[in-house]
Amino acid sequence: MSDLVSLFVDSALAENMPLTLFLGLCTFLALSKRPESALGLGIAVTGVMGVTVPLNQAIYTLLLAPGAWAWAGMPDLDLSYLALVAFIGVIAATVQLLEMVLDRYFPAIHAAFGVFLPLLTVQCAILAGSLFMVERDMTLAQSAVFGLGSGFGFGLAVLMLSAVRARLAYADLPAGLRGLGITFVLAGLMSLGFASFAQMAAAQ
Amino acid sequence: MAETFRFWPTLTEPLVRQNPVTLQILGICSALAVTTSLATALTMSASLTVVLTLSAGLIASIRRHIPDTIRLIVQIVIIASLVIVIDQLLQAYLAEISRALSVFVGLITTNCLVLGRTEAYARHHPPLPAMVDAFGNGLGYSLALIVIGTLRELLGKGEVFGYEVLAPVSSGGWFTPLNLMLLPPAAFFMLGLLVWAIRSARPEQAEAPDHVAPMPREPAE
Repeated sequence: MSDLVSLFVDSALAENMPLTLFLGLCTFLALSKRPESALGLGIAVTGVMGVTVPLNQAIYTLLLAPGAWAWAGMPDLDLSYLALVAFIGVIAATVQLLEMVLDRYFPAIHAAFGVFLPLLTVQCAILAGSLFMVERDMTLAQSAVFGLGSGFGFGLAVLMLSAVRARLAYADLPAGLRGLGITFVLAGLMSLGFASFAQMAAAQ
Repeated sequence: MAETFRFWPTLTEPLVRQNPVTLQILGICSALAVTTSLATALTMSASLTVVLTLSAGLIASIRRHIPDTIRLIVQIVIIASLVIVIDQLLQAYLAEISRALSVFVGLITTNCLVLGRTEAYARHHPPLPAMVDAFGNGLGYSLALIVIGTLRELLGKGEVFGYEVLAPVSSGGWFTPLNLMLLPPAAFFMLGLLVWAIRSARPEQAEAPDHVAPMPREPAE
């Protein structure tokens, strides 16, 4: 149990998706102008990652991993090169399904998400979650915790960045640094802060 | 002659003026993650340019046959298949670099730059201009990666391409390597400064301020 807790903390803080691994930066930068939209994005990413990473883990171990078809008399069959297509298909389908369910049963939440949901199909952090899961040989429980943790870390980072940016709207910056430039510098400073979590994890 | 240069603006526009990384905010994730050394940055740029150009060509040539409702899935599957080919080629011939790039080759699939250009350009244009546009954007991306990669490797290790340029203190030289340059925060800082530099040179790219300070009131007489 404590393994899973430390995996959650690790994936949320020490290996924060946008700030230490540079994943999902496009949405991280584009949707961090206001805290409200950042919160919606954070919740959506956590939900989608919590579902797709364990689902992809199951698909990978049951269908694609080398030797997965041994029961059918094909022990040499190795379909792992298909992983990328399978994962992206699962993510696209999950996002579409989530959108339809929300639209049908929770129209208020659906309206709040707006355009973010379909955008999540091409969110690198979500696909990377599944790819890391394969690279690190996770079990089903581990992958579920990893997915939720990474999503939570992403939400935390985007919410913090948006809070700082909302204050910065009133600052008098040099023209060239306005908008994108200062956002990168901010993200760099936050990344320095998150690097200390990585140090703590390494020290343990 | 005029025929040859018809596509010139499409090709050169994304290099600096419409640079995908610094202006369009596309494909930033990989741009930052792979720039700790110039070799990985170059491999990544080449892979991305190839995927981008081929997928733009393919999608542009079947653009009339893709139903609008499922176009995202069709595009993603085409891109993912091309990425698998590149990934297998890298693993076969450049195993070491492939390991250094880790999952980032696979992530070309969800690189916003590829899907962004197919959505914005290749979907509405014939194959040839679409490929030229994709190639130009690939070059713009490569340019940003090479600048950041060179600076980070030079300042972080005193090397360019693995060759010693600035002699480090450890081997009797004068240069103290800045270890920070190899860490994630430095990538953000470098890109921020690059954006600042480009926008200072081209003021028309600067963003309008969100909030205009009210005029100071005249002091009462």
